[in-house]
Amino acid sequence: MKFRLEKRDYRSTRMAVLVPVVSLLVSFVLGAIVLLISDANPFQAYAAMIKGAFGSQTKLQYTLVKSIPLLLCGLAVGIAFRLKFWNIGAEGQYVGGVIGITWVMQFWTFLPTALLLPVGMVVGILFGALWGGIPGVLKAQWSVDETLTTLMMNYIIIGFAEYLYFNAWKAPRGNMGTVLYPKEAWLPRIWGRVHGGIFFALILVGLLWFVLYKTRWGFELNMIGKNKRAAECQGVSIKKNIILAMLLSGAIAGLAGVIDAAAVTHQLTKGVDAGYGFTGIIIAWMSGLNPFISIVVSVIMAALETGSDALQMTMKLPNAMGAVLQGLILIPLLAGNIFIEYRLLVIKTRKEVTA
Amino acid sequence: MSEITTDETPVVRMVNITKHFPGVLANDQVDLTLHRGEVLALLGENGAGKSTLMNMLVGLYQADSGEIYVKGELADINSPQDSMALGIGMIHQEFMLVGNMSVAENIVLGMKDLPFVPPMAEIREKITELSKRYGLQVYPDKIIQDLSVGEQQRVEILKLLYRGADILILDEPTAVLTPGEARDLNEILKKMLAEGKSAIFITHKMDEVMEFSHTVQVLRRGKSVSVCPTKSIKRVQDLANMMVGRDVLFSLERGPYNPGEVKVEVKDLLALPVGGGKPVLDNISFSIRGGEIFGIAGVAGNGQQQLTEAITGLLKVNGGTIYLNGKDMTNKTPLQIIKTGVSHIPADRGRMGVVGDMSVGDNLSMKKYRTVELSAHNIIKRGLVRKFADRLIELFTIKTPNQDTSVKFLSGGNIQKTILAREIDSCGGILVAVYPSRGLDVGATEAVRQNLIKQRDKGCAVLLVSEELEELLMVADKIAVMFEGRIMDIIDAKDAKTEELGMLMAGVERRDI
Repeated sequence: MKFRLEKRDYRSTRMAVLVPVVSLLVSFVLGAIVLLISDANPFQAYAAMIKGAFGSQTKLQYTLVKSIPLLLCGLAVGIAFRLKFWNIGAEGQYVGGVIGITWVMQFWTFLPTALLLPVGMVVGILFGALWGGIPGVLKAQWSVDETLTTLMMNYIIIGFAEYLYFNAWKAPRGNMGTVLYPKEAWLPRIWGRVHGGIFFALILVGLLWFVLYKTRWGFELNMIGKNKRAAECQGVSIKKNIILAMLLSGAIAGLAGVIDAAAVTHQLTKGVDAGYGFTGIIIAWMSGLNPFISIVVSVIMAALETGSDALQMTMKLPNAMGAVLQGLILIPLLAGNIFIEYRLLVIKTRKEVTA
Repeated sequence: MSEITTDETPVVRMVNITKHFPGVLANDQVDLTLHRGEVLALLGENGAGKSTLMNMLVGLYQADSGEIYVKGELADINSPQDSMALGIGMIHQEFMLVGNMSVAENIVLGMKDLPFVPPMAEIREKITELSKRYGLQVYPDKIIQDLSVGEQQRVEILKLLYRGADILILDEPTAVLTPGEARDLNEILKKMLAEGKSAIFITHKMDEVMEFSHTVQVLRRGKSVSVCPTKSIKRVQDLANMMVGRDVLFSLERGPYNPGEVKVEVKDLLALPVGGGKPVLDNISFSIRGGEIFGIAGVAGNGQQQLTEAITGLLKVNGGTIYLNGKDMTNKTPLQIIKTGVSHIPADRGRMGVVGDMSVGDNLSMKKYRTVELSAHNIIKRGLVRKFADRLIELFTIKTPNQDTSVKFLSGGNIQKTILAREIDSCGGILVAVYPSRGLDVGATEAVRQNLIKQRDKGCAVLLVSEELEELLMVADKIAVMFEGRIMDIIDAKDAKTEELGMLMAGVERRDI
């Protein structure tokens, strides 16, 4: 018996749904192996994780709070990915957003307190857009490879943030972290720990869906992503759109940082590079770049993180388990994507047929 | 062509081959027989099932039913390795070569019994020996990407010979070759046949069938409709009719030549290659009037494509001017040029003409999505797009299950019709068509040519780049010949002679003819 792949005549929509779901399950199986190696019962561990992520109102709230920046980063990365622009710098653009809002909160004291939050958000978003726009311009103007630039830009800004919270902007007391933002300028909570940022995220999902699927610009992005040369022949400007898409991508990643800073951390401090930008890459891939599906995927990803915190507490396992599982999803997902356009054929060799 | 004996066991016998793809019956109980020393021409329109049939012979697909016998034995071919072991090798339309590796490395690449450190000296020697034997001139140490298309094809042939293939399948081997290279290929084939090798070749070109083959087999919609000795065919027309299943128009309907005002004016155009060197466009000047088809003849790679890219804004020029519909559009963006009324049927359909992963409907609207016809306030009106696409699909008889099908699943002819429909529908007086009928079957070629003429009769200025003189003589009003980035001469099509054009294409100066 032999196996071989044959190209399908149509894109299989069934597979497009099935592959991410099965990938998630496969990653749990792979994760179980890791758990077994660590001498833990996988069933108990997964039960603990689910309980840790959704087991009570507070836990659900924690999960939702985590899913907000994840969703926004997934959306941010997804826009760039539509153009096949591999923005792996959402992490840096996120940090850019936090630096922006912190700058306003700490130093723009001439502003009335009521204006600190809106102005801080705008400035943070602009910082994110700037950090995403630079690799966009480099790529558009001089074809500089974006995987390198976006990645390197992360290190630059994370280093800069460290300098700020350890030195330049450090609060007088303590050994790191900026002064907490004025309480009146915090982004308010709406349900337990869940804050108003969730509205921004959900509205943005709807807006992006509309822009990407209904407008001329969305159509152009789609063309560029699927065949750049043909788009060019149809009069679509590649350079302009790469820069625009990266400004928007950076702005949304910046918004993620701004919201998390204004609603959760209230300062710029260690842990600002929490990896949301990188997890956003997985979210974008798993959702097939669809904004609505991103919502579900980001909640799952958040649950993996909060769930693994519980794992650490109840089973004394390292909380890196969540990150391990997140990473493990990507492998079957990327491998499985081939089944969307190809089918697996099982060939019986002649001997088996006659036997 | 030499005689072949048909009484010994055929080297290949395919019996009752049937192959389904979802929604399509690609091969329907097809039989095929190939004898030692025979050339079988496999003829048929795009989508007739020729490539599918051959892909089953080389193990890329498996038949749903039917049997394949090779040299008398029932064969079980599940992969190209299996077919290679039986001595069957195929040269695909798109070459399977690694661009930055040498000829010798490419030839042995993927061979199973190759030692971990390949004995390159030995390999080189064997290649040289083979290339001498068949008159296939190649240098084992050259890098693939430095070779011309014709040379690359020779490497592909050598690859098969090196592995001991004696049954060769060639998929449209001359489509990419210059006339000279095609003649060389013919010589090579003859030498191989003399040694008892056999060949099947897929083609659209009737004259090649008549020249190269012993036997012709015609497929139509997955069925074998005719197998006959080439000698028995009296008229090329009969072959064409057999392929299409109806009478083919070989002379096209056209109105009288009635040129209007100048719509395209190119003056002293100069374009230099990026790295410096000889200009790719060297002092080009010409003009095209409305109601005129201006043909450009020349062997591919003599600047025709750069010329059309300069006119459509895809290539920046270093000197000269381009006036389109009366406006100076030199070095303007593609969008600005589209807006002055220029439509473009690009040379490379798949890469430049369509977005394969988007639907037929989306591809049809890729020019007009930005106009009030299909959108308002930057929002695309889906309902209008659907109606618009359905209208064009019907008008241009594009064969597609529906407008939501991805373009990449259509046949070459229908992809070209999609482009044609979009470009002609949005045309504002100037149509630039580059190799519009390249690789298309008789039916689709006819549709393309008739549409170009229709535009001309409506008063459009048409620039037609073609490598087939026959096409230019049939369709164009004026013919310019390009050689090494220059226009050698511009001739009225009605006075043009094939030999004269051929000489100009080869770079012979006017005064020397």
